[in-house]
Amino acid sequence: MDRIAANVMELSGAEIVIRCLQEEQVEFVFGYPGGAVLYIYDEISKQDKVKHVLVRHEQAAVHAADGYARSTTRPGVALVTSGPGVTNAVTGIATAYMDSIPMVIITGQVPTHAIGQDAFQEVDTVGITRPCVKHNFLVKDVRDIAPTIRKAFQIATTGRPGPVLVDIPKDITVEKAVFNYPQNVPMRSYSPVTRGHSGQIKKAMQLLLEAKRPMIYTGGGVILGEASADLAQLVHSLGFPCTNTLMGLGGFPATDPQFVGMLGMHGTYEANMAMQHCDVLLAVGARFDDRVIGNPKHFHQEDRRIVHIDIDPSSISKRVKVDVPIVGNVRDVLTDMLAQLSASQERPDAAALAAWWKQIDEWRSRDCLKYDRSSAIIKPQSVIEALYKVTEGNAFVTSDVGQHQMWAAQFYKFDQPRRWINSGGLGTMGFGLPSAMGVQFAHRDAQVACVTGEASIQMCIQELSTCTQYRLPIKVVMLNNRYMGMVRQWQEFFHGNRHAESYMDALPDFVRLAESYGHVGMRIEKPADVEGAMREAFAMKERLVFMDFITDQTENVFPMVPGGKGLSEMILV
Amino acid sequence: MRHIISILLENEPGALSRVSGLFSARGYNIESLTVAPTEDATLSRMTIVTTGSEEIVEQITKQLNKLIEVVKVVDLSDGAHIERELMLVKVRAAGKDREEMKRMADIFRGRIIDVTDKSYTIELTGEGSKLDAFLQAVEPGLILETVRTGASGIGRGERVLKV
Repeated sequence: MDRIAANVMELSGAEIVIRCLQEEQVEFVFGYPGGAVLYIYDEISKQDKVKHVLVRHEQAAVHAADGYARSTTRPGVALVTSGPGVTNAVTGIATAYMDSIPMVIITGQVPTHAIGQDAFQEVDTVGITRPCVKHNFLVKDVRDIAPTIRKAFQIATTGRPGPVLVDIPKDITVEKAVFNYPQNVPMRSYSPVTRGHSGQIKKAMQLLLEAKRPMIYTGGGVILGEASADLAQLVHSLGFPCTNTLMGLGGFPATDPQFVGMLGMHGTYEANMAMQHCDVLLAVGARFDDRVIGNPKHFHQEDRRIVHIDIDPSSISKRVKVDVPIVGNVRDVLTDMLAQLSASQERPDAAALAAWWKQIDEWRSRDCLKYDRSSAIIKPQSVIEALYKVTEGNAFVTSDVGQHQMWAAQFYKFDQPRRWINSGGLGTMGFGLPSAMGVQFAHRDAQVACVTGEASIQMCIQELSTCTQYRLPIKVVMLNNRYMGMVRQWQEFFHGNRHAESYMDALPDFVRLAESYGHVGMRIEKPADVEGAMREAFAMKERLVFMDFITDQTENVFPMVPGGKGLSEMILV
Repeated sequence: MRHIISILLENEPGALSRVSGLFSARGYNIESLTVAPTEDATLSRMTIVTTGSEEIVEQITKQLNKLIEVVKVVDLSDGAHIERELMLVKVRAAGKDREEMKRMADIFRGRIIDVTDKSYTIELTGEGSKLDAFLQAVEPGLILETVRTGASGIGRGERVLKV
């Protein structure tokens, strides 16, 4: 008996954690060490399959894991310590949760006997993170580590994806157990739907084929569900107009003639008008949120039939009542729709469609994104256009939150999915630079740009140090207008132009700041220098270049649907 | 409108707070909530009484279904069902009130389960409205303490909620 026991190798909890990550083929863990995770870090240092990336703040660890996940089809992984490690990570976790990003976060916890004793660096991690994770676990037995981590990856990556947190007390990382990694842990309470109901799909196709003024509106679900190719095929075979949400950009090629631009609060005139006035709407992996359709009552004033495809039943009929709900994986449902279309003789009403496109082209001719191209001061839009031109539309573009984010979304034409990386749901300033790090790790040779503002960048600027350590050649494109631009814009429109606390005074010299971290800094002040500077920066393939563009302080983002207003009640330039 | 929702969920620590947290985070009402393990100790059965429009109750059931530890959700109000609630009432029972209290307990088919020379503790079960009626029938000054469990519900007939 003794001999058999000796043959079965027992591993410590910490070793098991790392073995699990190896089994999951995790390339990178973004993290920051601390007391409760020291044994896990010790094991990290003893192997080289799973590479650890040391950030400068736990928020950045989670954003970096998030950027990695968004730019690949793989879940991101973050590792932080108990207490403040966790509370710092919460912003990142909530960001990923709002945008349904697959991620596993491993957190250290005080030893089991100290839980509830107000121990040093103790917080109720499971309690604090419960409302902003898809699920979380507290592991209290070393034998549970492996099945729990497997479950975490299963839950994070299936159904509607999301972050899953595994909290591991320090003593559990020391105790020993036999390591056995399960392939699949069945959960009777968790079985996400995949295939859509064929009867519903048939009904949906019928509605679409009878439409006079059809519209296709797609969101982040198309990106997460890897459904862009099927979407493009459907849009092309039907000949319908297509719009993307902020989260859905790149889901349908922006340079395609059937693309009418982004919709929503800062969407194009043509997209919002077509959305409001269509008679049949196909919504794919989108959730009719407040920034997208504005006031739902106003949206309901027009009579239209709505087909809604989503993997999450709770997204359907939440803000807008729909006529044909289809719960399923968007790619599978679109494939089924395409099969039905090719089997059918029916085609959309060509005359009605031609008249609808004529109307859309009229709306397009309003040229809602125009701006003063002869300005003597750099217009922020022109910087994004230069970025698009210099990178030939192939860059991964991350952004922070505010005016620069909207201009990047409007003026960089994303033709591919997973190239536009931004915090759409939570709207997290500070997301841009750390998420760009995650993207650059996933795509070592790709062009990665972080479009930011002088306010947002300062919320995670310490990560310039991480970029130095790992030689990440990110190109920071900062639109510096010396204001929290979007706050100033709202104050101008809705608060009597009183700029309460929205001016950024005492800014650092960003060029010298970048240089002090060992990067290249540039300040660009003249419109004529914008493109040249951008070319020069992107030519430095091995270096992080921080471009400080001094832009027009008064520029606003148009069109704009004011909060609480209807989609067609836009403020236009 | 009032709805009575039955939930079968994993009997694990924290499962209750996921459910109650969902209600508070999304601004749903909880009128009452009862929970205990079932005959299968790995599962708990919860009954929640809530109010809201049809749209809200539809969202409540969808959101509950999304919780990883929730196995099944049924809105019992969708069909015929039975509801029961348990109440323990401590009443003053001295002098002329003593006989009156005994009679009241009998009328409501309650049972006196604890006696002192000045008080009775009465156990009552029934629908919430019956328990309300008892409290209204008794002179308020005589009620010393009440404790109610909140409603538990089950479908009528062959309808069962099981894994």
